[in-house]
Amino acid sequence: MTMFHDKGRIHNWPYTVRYGNEQRVETDVLVLGGGIAGVWAAIAAARCGARVVIMEKAATVRSGAGGAGVDHWQWAADNPASGVSPEDLTEALIENQGGYRNGISTYIQCASAYETLVEMERMGGKVRDTDGEFRGAEFRDDASKLLFAYDYTNRFVIRVWGADYKPLLRKACKRLGVRILDRTAATGLLTSGGQHGGRVVGATGVNCRTGAFVVVKAAAVILATSRPQRIWTFSSELRGLSTFRPPSDAGNGYAMAWRIGAKLTMMEKSMRSAFGSAYSFPAYGSGNAINTWYPCNIIDANGKAVPWVDCNGRLLESVSERCRPAEGQKFFIMGGGSSSLPHPGLKQYLGPKPIPDLEQRMLRGEFSPPFYADLTSMPDSERRVIWGLMVGNEGKTRIPVMKTYMQSGFDPDKDMLQTYDFLRGSGMREPVVPQERTFGESGVCGGLLVDWDLMSNVPGLFGAGDLVFGGQDHSHAAATGRYAGARAALFARRQAAGELCAEQIAREKQRVYAPLAKQGARSLDWKELNAGIARVMQNYCSEPKNDELLRLAQDWLMDIEENEAPLAAADNPHKLMRTLDVLDILTCAKIITEACLARHASSTHLHFNRIDFPSLDPPEWHKWITLRKGSRGTEIDDMPIAFWGGLERNYRPRHRENLEAMGKK
Amino acid sequence: MEKTATSTTPTEKSDVGNGTADAVYATPNATTPGQPVVFDEAICTGCDICVYVCLEDVFIPNPVKGKPPLILFPEECWYCGPCVEDCPHEGAIRINHPLQQRVRWKRKSSGEHFRV
Ligand SMILES: Cc1cc2nc3c(=O)[nH]c(=O)nc-3n(C[C@H](O)[C@H](O)[C@H](O)COP(=O)(O)OP(=O)(O)OC[C@H]3O[C@@H](n4cnc5c(N)ncnc54)[C@H](O)[C@@H]3O)c2cc1C
Ligand code: SF4
Ligand code: SF4
Repeated sequence: MTMFHDKGRIHNWPYTVRYGNEQRVETDVLVLGGGIAGVWAAIAAARCGARVVIMEKAATVRSGAGGAGVDHWQWAADNPASGVSPEDLTEALIENQGGYRNGISTYIQCASAYETLVEMERMGGKVRDTDGEFRGAEFRDDASKLLFAYDYTNRFVIRVWGADYKPLLRKACKRLGVRILDRTAATGLLTSGGQHGGRVVGATGVNCRTGAFVVVKAAAVILATSRPQRIWTFSSELRGLSTFRPPSDAGNGYAMAWRIGAKLTMMEKSMRSAFGSAYSFPAYGSGNAINTWYPCNIIDANGKAVPWVDCNGRLLESVSERCRPAEGQKFFIMGGGSSSLPHPGLKQYLGPKPIPDLEQRMLRGEFSPPFYADLTSMPDSERRVIWGLMVGNEGKTRIPVMKTYMQSGFDPDKDMLQTYDFLRGSGMREPVVPQERTFGESGVCGGLLVDWDLMSNVPGLFGAGDLVFGGQDHSHAAATGRYAGARAALFARRQAAGELCAEQIAREKQRVYAPLAKQGARSLDWKELNAGIARVMQNYCSEPKNDELLRLAQDWLMDIEENEAPLAAADNPHKLMRTLDVLDILTCAKIITEACLARHASSTHLHFNRIDFPSLDPPEWHKWITLRKGSRGTEIDDMPIAFWGGLERNYRPRHRENLEAMGKK
Repeated sequence: MEKTATSTTPTEKSDVGNGTADAVYATPNATTPGQPVVFDEAICTGCDICVYVCLEDVFIPNPVKGKPPLILFPEECWYCGPCVEDCPHEGAIRINHPLQQRVRWKRKSSGEHFRV
């Protein structure tokens, strides 16, 4: 038996426990979170000649949402075959979100995703169809040997063999002398003299196996710890912790930035969640027509094909037409799901999808459930690219889906995979209840407010990847990580290291170890605490919202903070890490509630329905709301929608400087 | 190092039908899903590479050298697969999707149904 509860025997903790033991490290650039953005930042900073340390909660070799793979290299408008310019694509992506998308990080992605991918190739990643596996396929550019997805006319999303990228990136870090502190969860940022809002001078961490304390002094710190999850939904009984992104991504970066006075924005946005649900199936592991499975044939129980339509509602005859823009459309952004979820994407960017009225037609008897994704009837190259390159490289699919299903006998040439998303006729699984919400498991969500250096309002604190209120993509994390790494190294070069504050460190140490002391008459497990926070958010910060509900949410969360959070108990270093995660989830929930109170208008694009302010997207509220913890309570402010100014004009000189600096090593 | 959770140790052979059995322990309910991966003890060498790579620190090394790791936090598994992918011994470990996560498919030619 390999379970801990083997006939009642319990085992001693296998690692030497060193609670309180303090390790000191000094560096130029400290990267918190060694996921996709983190390793790219570390590589870039090291190339600039900086000393670099990565602090990673898990093991850098595979950690993060993209550690197990990537199949779509998104928005690579700088690739040689692209039919769209970085400017046009950036503007379209922003417009498609009603303006609520970080233009800085989106432009960095659109202008340098391909350039970044070429570096991935130099590090050993497979990027092109060099062996001609897909020769003759419509989605192959014969000149560059790149393979494309979605829009075969405009060619800006690249299909890649990304399952091995993360171990290769870690190897590159090692080669460049980056020091990696694995299994170390960052807990707090340190500021010069311990001053609130003062320059960042380092961070603290706790080892998730030994419980030892780590203090890293640094001239610049890059936050790359991704987004909070488990804010509205929490279940540990159905499917792991039921998160779409790895459970380790718990929003620590948001809470850490908040505590020292950094500004966050768009924290009021949350969505009904199709992905993070405890009731969903293995990611990309059931029949589908979106993402990895685009543009797969969907058929009903009697073999009747579900028709596809373009954005004009025109019926599409062939598979090939599903990968071409509609008449009058310059290009399209993704496509596939025939979801009836509120989705404010603009018609001019909408991709082809199965008929949106499938549900009604099914109820009238035109189609008979269940439905299947039918690879067998797809053109040969499309079948092989979906069940092969895509399912073989998409995060979490190579082993859990491709290998596991094939070991059970699944044969893509003969078998049709049942789709559960289409059970109700909708191409995208809908949440069981609207309260099944997500902040950032998928989609564009709020995060750290950054400038053209990807630096926050707190000097020396940079951000990259999923947490900078822009993209949710692997290539976005890679390109922004690389850019932030270089900017931070240049910052560190110009600034002398600041001074650590002993009192600030002592306070943080006390906070971190507090859960170990709670073994009294009444204590609370991290899971119950998480579930309690999620329940408050479901009830009072969901759909719809009003002042009364949101104030109740605030009161309840405050109650929990005062009464239950102090009871949270941990009896080993791993549970200590999980407990600290939930305390940060509580902080994130509080920030979200405050942000919701601050926006006095409803918004389609923010999925934000205030019944006491029903006016939809009025011009005077078309702006970013920013929040920061001030020394006397929360400070709320706003920023104009396109505050970043000219894209190319701001990007180009910094990008050139980055390339020059990175060339040194 | 192991210790037993109760003061008795299993000595008698099981004979449930006759009113006697192995020692009975006071164990809590297991968390579900309880077994995200299955090890093959005959193939696994106990090298602990899966313990090293795991994204959520689901395993701990087995106190008995050469034995498969112990699954300590099964409900935290993200079902991502690096533990299987990076294992140097094919077949030593495989993903075990929770029962409510098993999908089905249909063979087009025969209409037969199969499942994970
Ligand atoms: C199943 C799946 C498939 C996907 N497929 C694609 C795709 O095909 N194309 C695409 O473009 N995008 C894809 N994505 C999205 C992409 O993986 C993410 O956008 C990307 O990984 C984000 O990078 P990041 O560095 O911001 O976050 P992550 O890669 O998640 O990294 C965050 C890191 O921070 C660590 N961390 C968290 N808290 C702490 C702490 N307190 N201290 C230290 N470390 C900490 C985490 O362990 C993690 O390693 C997919 C995501 C998933 C989940
Ligand atoms: S399952 Fe594989 S990686 Fe894990 S201990 Fe056994 S042999 Fe090593
Ligand atoms: S599937 Fe992922 S989270 Fe689960 S045990 Fe394996 S490596 Fe760990």
